[in-house]
Amino acid sequence: MAAGRIDPMEQFLVEPVLGRHIEIGGFDLSFTNSALFMIVVFALLALFVSGGLKRQLVPGRWQVAVEGAVGFIDNMVTTSIGAEGKKFAPYLFSLFFFILFANFIGVLPLAILPGLHTFAVTSHITVTAVLAFLSFAIVLAVGFWRHGLHFFSLFVPHGAPAWLMPVIIPVEFVSFMVRPFSLGLRLFVAMTAGHILLEVFGSFVVQGIQAASPLGGIVSVLSFVMIVGVSALELLVCAIQAYVFALLTSLYLNDAVHLH
Amino acid sequence: MTDLGAMYIGAGLAAIGVGLAALGVGNVFGSFLEGALRNPGAADGQQGRLFIGFAASELLGLIAFVVAILILFVVK
Repeated sequence: MAAGRIDPMEQFLVEPVLGRHIEIGGFDLSFTNSALFMIVVFALLALFVSGGLKRQLVPGRWQVAVEGAVGFIDNMVTTSIGAEGKKFAPYLFSLFFFILFANFIGVLPLAILPGLHTFAVTSHITVTAVLAFLSFAIVLAVGFWRHGLHFFSLFVPHGAPAWLMPVIIPVEFVSFMVRPFSLGLRLFVAMTAGHILLEVFGSFVVQGIQAASPLGGIVSVLSFVMIVGVSALELLVCAIQAYVFALLTSLYLNDAVHLH
Repeated sequence: MTDLGAMYIGAGLAAIGVGLAALGVGNVFGSFLEGALRNPGAADGQQGRLFIGFAASELLGLIAFVVAILILFVVK
């Protein structure tokens, strides 16, 4: 391997912010960069929403932005769950905007300032899996709360012939139980893959310059153009993944509320 | 063949799935556009389903990527 090899996985390292590990009862409870960026995301989200709570009759720009965001989630919830979905709107709003802000903060190119390295919170399956399991837990709680044991009829599709039941019930059960994993995995992998891609092309630029040859220069320029394109694609992926996460959660909630 | 070489070949083979998922995602958006251009009035109401189809076909590509990463970094 070349001497100046850049490890594309290094950016996902979770480490204590001040370089100190705090251990309590055998657990490492240090304040990590992951925790720091979750707080940053929360602070930005709180700032964004609180700026639009003036309730003016003629809204300013900020209030229009916040109202648009709330209306967007409201619209998504009513189309996929119906009128009963209103009470899930706050959860889906928090979910969507937490993921969206975390994704966007993760791709901010602030690493050109020395010592400042933005950390993509959603590029860790521990974080996305917690979000996914939270959604799944709410689906289970709502389903059993509203329908009791009748909730299990979710695994029995309408109109399927009886002799098909031994096959279709296990399949439905597996597809139901796999939901939290696919939900968390999708977000985690999409973000991780994008960051690795950017890092790999970034290392091509650096190594092309270090090679100090015409061919290296060509590789650098082409890689840089590629980075610009991939960054634009990444911004799209950030928004789409946040939207897909919220949308699938609302669909699963619809299953729990209406049982097909 | 060394174990390392076999590992890299396996990771490369797993990465084929990512390209195949690209076919699936392209098919989802292409079919949506085809339908949307025939009936633009109904297009906006189907965007949720568009993204569900996108998410479902994209997931398989992402899983192929995970398999490649697992082969590269986890299998020893």
